[in-house]
Amino acid sequence: MKTLARSGRRALAGAASVVLALSVAACGGGSDDETSADELDANADLSQQSIVVSNWADYMPADIADTFTAETGAGMEVTTHATNEEIMAKLTAGADSGIDVAFVSGPFAQALAEQGLVEPIHADLVPNLENLYPEAQELSYDEGNEYSVPYAWGTTGICYREDLVDAAPTSWNDLLEPAPQYEGKVTMMATDRWLMLPAQKALGFSANTTDEAEMEQVKDKLIAAKKTLLAYDDTTFYERLISGEAVMVEAWDGWCNYGTAEDPNIKFTVPEEGSDLWADTMVILKSSENKEAAHAFINYVLEPETHAWAAENILYNVPNEPAMELVPGEMKDQYPPLSLTPAELLEGEPLVDLGEAATTYTQMTTEITSSK
Amino acid sequence: MTSSSMLRSGRGASERSARTERASLLGPGLLYVTAFMAVPVLLVLSYVVFQRGRFGGIVYEFTLDNFSRALAETYRVVLVDSVIIAGAATLLALVIGYPVAYAIAQLPDRWRTIALVLVVIPFWTNFLVRTYAWIVLLSSEGVVNRSLISLGVIDDPLTMLYTRGAVVVGLLYAYLPLMILPLYASITRLDPELREAATNLGASRLRTFRDITWPLTLPGAITGCIFVFVPSLGNFVIPELLGGGKTVMIGNVVRDQFLKARDWPFGATLALFLIVVLVLLFALQSVLSRRYSTGGPR
Repeated sequence: MKTLARSGRRALAGAASVVLALSVAACGGGSDDETSADELDANADLSQQSIVVSNWADYMPADIADTFTAETGAGMEVTTHATNEEIMAKLTAGADSGIDVAFVSGPFAQALAEQGLVEPIHADLVPNLENLYPEAQELSYDEGNEYSVPYAWGTTGICYREDLVDAAPTSWNDLLEPAPQYEGKVTMMATDRWLMLPAQKALGFSANTTDEAEMEQVKDKLIAAKKTLLAYDDTTFYERLISGEAVMVEAWDGWCNYGTAEDPNIKFTVPEEGSDLWADTMVILKSSENKEAAHAFINYVLEPETHAWAAENILYNVPNEPAMELVPGEMKDQYPPLSLTPAELLEGEPLVDLGEAATTYTQMTTEITSSK
Repeated sequence: MTSSSMLRSGRGASERSARTERASLLGPGLLYVTAFMAVPVLLVLSYVVFQRGRFGGIVYEFTLDNFSRALAETYRVVLVDSVIIAGAATLLALVIGYPVAYAIAQLPDRWRTIALVLVVIPFWTNFLVRTYAWIVLLSSEGVVNRSLISLGVIDDPLTMLYTRGAVVVGLLYAYLPLMILPLYASITRLDPELREAATNLGASRLRTFRDITWPLTLPGAITGCIFVFVPSLGNFVIPELLGGGKTVMIGNVVRDQFLKARDWPFGATLALFLIVVLVLLFALQSVLSRRYSTGGPR
């Protein structure tokens, strides 16, 4: 069956490829070889190369393929994925995914690197790496940006309606054990890492803890918290604040801004117990046959103008100093999270891959969300 | 038809030709179902005895761990819960659907068609749009609560959305037409003379229903129940949207194994459990149908 998965057979019809994808033996298990870097030619003719970039929808300029081609001569095609898990399934399925550059969150970049699926970043082909804040070059899932380049970063906190709460929340416990008048008006996220985070931090644990006794405490706290929740919500929590159904929600800093854009009473705070530091990164696949163009793409994204687009349109912080300087001052006033400094962001604990413990997190998530 | 069979004569040949014809008629459909349903499903189910790779993917090492994991209390609770919720939606659909189907069957021909079209119309609207409509209706700031508050019936909004009840209502709404259609079909097949005979023999309307109408339409009712119960049990969109993620059904867990946990072998194991439950149900249905449809008009 493996012969079916030879590269160059990418233009299979949709339905057939579904069947094939299922029938192509997925060789699981990471290889433990040291990732060795290919020899790359800094003077390669990029017009002979074409790359496929997989990203979350609307996460980069809609016309980026055209502007990138105009800039470098290399062809580019964009495909989208909805979640890290979806792109991971594609990239780890053993067949050639046909993707050259993928956007994934830090822990997933780490997991891909451990499996030997990503190409180390050739810094000489990405001169714009110097635009990154020094802090963005020492993120614990990939110290020194050896195999990934951060695209956006941020933290998680409480997004709330200033006009509907008596006092601004300061602690994760304000969310986990809300005052009686706010019961049923609070939401939390359901994705395992962020479901656990508030309780982990409130109890003084690491956001990456795999200690069973600690996780039991986290679970109990979250089962108790479920009784006061309006809903688990990963995607529309800011809409609930706008409508007033909720007064306090667990939120990523950038997504809280979406609420603020509609209602200036919506504010963001990082609780005193601390939080996480998440980063979305770009990786180049080892299977790519267009590695020079892939590096050129990352370099192009790191151009201040390109990277500032993300800050101004997705309202996330980008780890690019000249790009953040391009963001208009009034925008930073309107959306305070955009003024978080790298040092403040680094106070958050970087999320790293959990390895085998991921299964435990998943089962606990089911236990918590299905508890009565 | 092979030339050798042409030489033979009599019944054997015609039976054989009928068989060949049946096979050639069934062929394309069977091929399609095999290639696009059976093979992929069997492939995925074959993963149940393998292990999850550390980062997802599949490690082809034999294990029975997935079965012991699937029997953990966490998932038993979810499965029982799913059966209760899907069962409640099914029962309500039967209670609401039967009178509707009965009423449609009594209509003159022209109105019948219109009524049936009205039953089916929701199916032509996107499933998500219809589910979101319920969110707009039920939320604390939604249509129902605002109307009741402005009418002075209530002071504080009722909590309707993000409850188990909302999930049941959502499933009921989504699959009610699937209950009404088979019921309607079996009610229209009823011989009206049977009911007349019962009435002439002095049976009350209730007794006529209990002894004549209900038993004879039972196969339709069972079919309708299966049609509602099966998709309800596996649904994961409605629990998420109308249950606010606080009501977890087995469909959500299977989906999470495939899409979030990247644990295909375990997802396949849970799906296998679900399939076993459903196969048992279909077996029950065919036994009951055979028992009750003997003697009735076919």
